Amino acid sequence: MFWKSTYNEFIKIAAKPRSYIGLGAITLIVGIILFAMKADGMNFISFVTAPFEQSLSFEGNILNGNLIAFIILQMLIIHVPLLIALVTGDLVSGEGAMGTIRLLLTKPVSRTKILFSKYLAGCAYTFIILLWMGFMALIVGKWMFGSGDLMVLNSDGLIVLQEHDLGWRFALGFSVAFLSLTTVATLSLTLSCFSENSIGPIVSTMAIIILFNIIGALDVPVLQKIQPYLFTTHMMAWRSFFEDPLPTEKIINSIVILLVHIVGLLGIAMYKFNKKDILS
Amino acid sequence: MPGEDKIIEVSHLVKHYGKFKAVEDVSFDVYRGDVYGFLGPNGAGKSTTIRTMLSLIRPTAGEIRLFGKNLRTDRNYILQRIGCIVEKPDFYKYLSAEKNLEIFARLSGVNVTKSKVHEIIEFVGLKGREKDKLGGFSHGMKQRLGIAQTLIHDPELIILDEPTTGLDPQGIIDIRNLILQLKNERNKTVLLSSHILSEIELIATRMVIINKGKTIVQGSVSELLNAQELIVAFSVNNIEKAKQLLANASLSTAIDKIDNNNLLLHISQEKIPVVNKLFCDNGVDVFSIEAKRKLEDYFLKLINA
Repeated sequence: MFWKSTYNEFIKIAAKPRSYIGLGAITLIVGIILFAMKADGMNFISFVTAPFEQSLSFEGNILNGNLIAFIILQMLIIHVPLLIALVTGDLVSGEGAMGTIRLLLTKPVSRTKILFSKYLAGCAYTFIILLWMGFMALIVGKWMFGSGDLMVLNSDGLIVLQEHDLGWRFALGFSVAFLSLTTVATLSLTLSCFSENSIGPIVSTMAIIILFNIIGALDVPVLQKIQPYLFTTHMMAWRSFFEDPLPTEKIINSIVILLVHIVGLLGIAMYKFNKKDILS
Repeated sequence: MPGEDKIIEVSHLVKHYGKFKAVEDVSFDVYRGDVYGFLGPNGAGKSTTIRTMLSLIRPTAGEIRLFGKNLRTDRNYILQRIGCIVEKPDFYKYLSAEKNLEIFARLSGVNVTKSKVHEIIEFVGLKGREKDKLGGFSHGMKQRLGIAQTLIHDPELIILDEPTTGLDPQGIIDIRNLILQLKNERNKTVLLSSHILSEIELIATRMVIINKGKTIVQGSVSELLNAQELIVAFSVNNIEKAKQLLANASLSTAIDKIDNNNLLLHISQEKIPVVNKLFCDNGVDVFSIEAKRKLEDYFLKLINA
């Protein structure tokens, strides 16, 4: 019954027009970035390399598909949560708003299974969004700009990662980015269990992300104590795979924090959904 | 009793929301084969009781048993045997009627074939519209689809909460006929909550009336309404003379109330022409004779008591 319920959830997500907003938005945004880079990418690159040009000389295809993919991932990982929440924030509350929750919960399937089905479908949607972003950034990027070594600017300075050393970094980077976005999906699903309309959980998810980002950016000692435990602090953990040497401990810590958030939020969602009186 | 085995046993059901008492003490039994009327004014606790029976709401106290099993411990066993509409039948408007039925059929616990889906669509009169998205469906069509959804897994018990709300007169008649078909042709037990008392009077075999969260009365409709007696309104030109004639004639009619030029009488059907003749022969003009709905009167008496 669980798989039948999950199949139903896939059908519902696939049939909802709003599910395609995310894919459309990513196509449009990545398309604009690719176009802009094609038109004026070298100026953008020289802005980054200028401080190093007195001591270093840059040769080869610097503006390549790998760099484009890295830039796109860095730019979009902050904004994709909205596109994810648009669908996952509606999974439970949307049923309440439409009134279908009354029928759904009078079927001989436990509420736990129904919520897990929705969660699984939400995770699959998150994966598809990220996969599409990866395809647009990496595959289309390489097709347009070719391949080459990746030049990464971080707090320690400029790192050049060789082309043959990038495949696994992108794969693991995308995996941790998926974990970050799954945390957002779990948060919006949890908020969805507390609401009877779709807008509330979507706006609340974004409000929480903005609030946590502000807390994370403030240099106030009392806030610095909680910063390591905010999931938003670890949303950029994928970037650690593009450091050399690899900060393994930092990556594992981020993964654990994100997993703890997922499990905790899912527990709250499960409790609320199971206890909820359906009055709509 | 239509059958000896109880399908629904609700015992001393209580549901509180904080200090608000939605249901205080509701008890009733539904037997196999009943078309059971579930009546009460707005806010009486009907919807809360029905939602509790379907595990949409957790009761504060009391026990609900369906098919001899406890709802708390055997929820899935019970729900597999129930088809229901709770208030208005809402569906996924971005999906077609057929897809909506398939979605709910998949969760019903039984294997429902495509041909079964089409058979049910035809039964409720939606053939030819099964591929249309729900966005373009009228309320009446959604109500029919709601009935289809209740039947898709061939349940033993059908619970319909206000199934005629918002329907036009033809829609109400159609739904009434569908319910009668369910009972007569498919041997279903039906629990029917409705504000339209004439509907209940026409199709229910047994009923319960609740008010302010408590059961007031339950039993066979014919017994409760005393089927031998009618309430008949005689519209006459001289009320006082008509009353005097009735008192002298000793026709054992009870004058219920006088309303403008209407005399409301509790009389058996065969006495209607006798009273009419009595009035006409003695110079009282009779403008109209109208049988009033008995359930409506009975219901209002109980609720206002």
